[in-house]
Amino acid sequence: MTPTLSPPTAGIVLRGLVKSFTGPNGPVHAVRGVDITIAAGETVALLGPNGAGKSTTIDMLLGLTKPDAGDVHLFGMTPKEAIAHGAIGAMLQTGAVLSDLSVRELLDMMGSLYPHPLSVDETLELAGIRDLADRKTTKLSGGQTQRVRFAVAMVSNPDLLALDEPTVAMDVEGRHQFWASMRAFTSRGKTVLFATHYLEEADAYADRIILMARGEVVADGPSTEIKAAAGGRTIRGTLPGADLAALAALDGVRSVDQRGDSITLDCTDSDSAVRALLHEFPGVRDLEITGAGLEAAFLQLTGDNDADGTDARTTTGRNTTARNDGVPA
Amino acid sequence: MNTTYAKYEVLRLVRNKRAFIFSLIFPLALFLVIAGSNKDQFIDAGNVHLPFPTFYMVSMASYGAMIAAISGGARVALERSVGWTRQLRLTPLKVRTYFSTKVLTAYAMALVSIALLYIAGISYGVRISPFGRWLGMTGLLLVGVLPFVALGIAIGHLLTIDAMGPAVGGGSAFFGFLGGQWFPLPDHGALHYIGEATPSYWLTQASHVGIGAPSWNAQGWLIVGAWIVATTLLAGWSYRRDPNRV
Repeated sequence: MTPTLSPPTAGIVLRGLVKSFTGPNGPVHAVRGVDITIAAGETVALLGPNGAGKSTTIDMLLGLTKPDAGDVHLFGMTPKEAIAHGAIGAMLQTGAVLSDLSVRELLDMMGSLYPHPLSVDETLELAGIRDLADRKTTKLSGGQTQRVRFAVAMVSNPDLLALDEPTVAMDVEGRHQFWASMRAFTSRGKTVLFATHYLEEADAYADRIILMARGEVVADGPSTEIKAAAGGRTIRGTLPGADLAALAALDGVRSVDQRGDSITLDCTDSDSAVRALLHEFPGVRDLEITGAGLEAAFLQLTGDNDADGTDARTTTGRNTTARNDGVPA
Repeated sequence: MNTTYAKYEVLRLVRNKRAFIFSLIFPLALFLVIAGSNKDQFIDAGNVHLPFPTFYMVSMASYGAMIAAISGGARVALERSVGWTRQLRLTPLKVRTYFSTKVLTAYAMALVSIALLYIAGISYGVRISPFGRWLGMTGLLLVGVLPFVALGIAIGHLLTIDAMGPAVGGGSAFFGFLGGQWFPLPDHGALHYIGEATPSYWLTQASHVGIGAPSWNAQGWLIVGAWIVATTLLAGWSYRRDPNRV
């Protein structure tokens, strides 16, 4: 029998994980002392921007990368033992699926490697890819491939499902179906850890968010706590020929960014900022006020406010946000 | 051995038509063209006087088996390139099962290559008797090809998919040349001794069982055995080296 027999307290324990790589500009400290404990049955989001150490942490959790220090216990076992018991289902960040097979054949093959797999039909149903069953794996779109990879992770009927950026290549509909499948899966009492850089996904689907930055855990708690800590809001609008300095000087505005005619104000107090904005710049239109983006949460929770870092991060963050908005979940 | 897993591996082998055909076509085409244009010629191999197509068939059988075996590496590299090997490491699939299935598929390819050459040979009038020579030759070829199966798996894990064409082509040319598969080695001198140390030389000797040569001597078994051990260790190391590299 798989380790479902273990007591519920024996979930996932990562203790003092440290990992450095040798990069072109000297050592890169990818993970610098991460402690995470996850109870069996929890759905946890590992949230952070690219380079936060999420993938490295997941790789160490899965035993693909050997930590420089620290250890990993999965249901009281080492990663290798847990994998050998078929207790882990994983969907890695990169990778396609095996060619020259149909989706059904692929799932049948993968299921055959595990002691207690789900049936192929059940997996197809759960992953919402019944219509793709007889499709060749080479004839799938990017989003469909992601969902097939998710099905590959689920067919093992694992106690822990570890997903690294699972929705990256998916379109709107794909995301919806993906998270619906996920809910159906977690309702069976499975433990799920997923890495993401979408705050919205972490917010909507995780019981708990672990926020990582620069190789460390900077916040760990229910999403409401993280959001409260993130605080600020963002105002977007259209304002041709905007005077950036004047905008930045408005009440409640922390920083300003401009893309063509559109402006983005990162606010500490969006209520004051929007009043002042409409007063000083009556020409502004298409206003939108949104809650804190991941980047704002990051800046606040990590205290990383030095000018250069902020600019660089802000730019990346807005790109991410913009792309995310293009395909709202 | 996991039969479901093995079944799909074999299915994939046959379904990838381009790779399937390219692993088999070269020795077969060489045989058809060269033996075809020398159908009525005779050749002296050692102290045997025999029809040229017979000699060329057994030579190409050993060469084809070697190429088919090394080509297994291309399939490994392809699977690595799409991250599949990494995914497999996260399943309970045992390393032993993974390897034995890879050996099985490489063997299947080698057998198909040998069979195609036998069929082509017979259609050109090649007759080998007693029948035991067919069996002795085939059996010994299947032992002698094992270092190349393991070598293919190793290079598939060590090199990228882009490097596989040159590696398979270059590797088989290197061993084909040194092992006397391209043309007979001299009876003495450095090239002879270097040739004798290669597994391809013994693969050629294995094929000559079909034309009445004796089976391997102790030196042959020893050299082939050493190559099997060395290439298997290399393949094992190449897989375990760094899980994150795949």
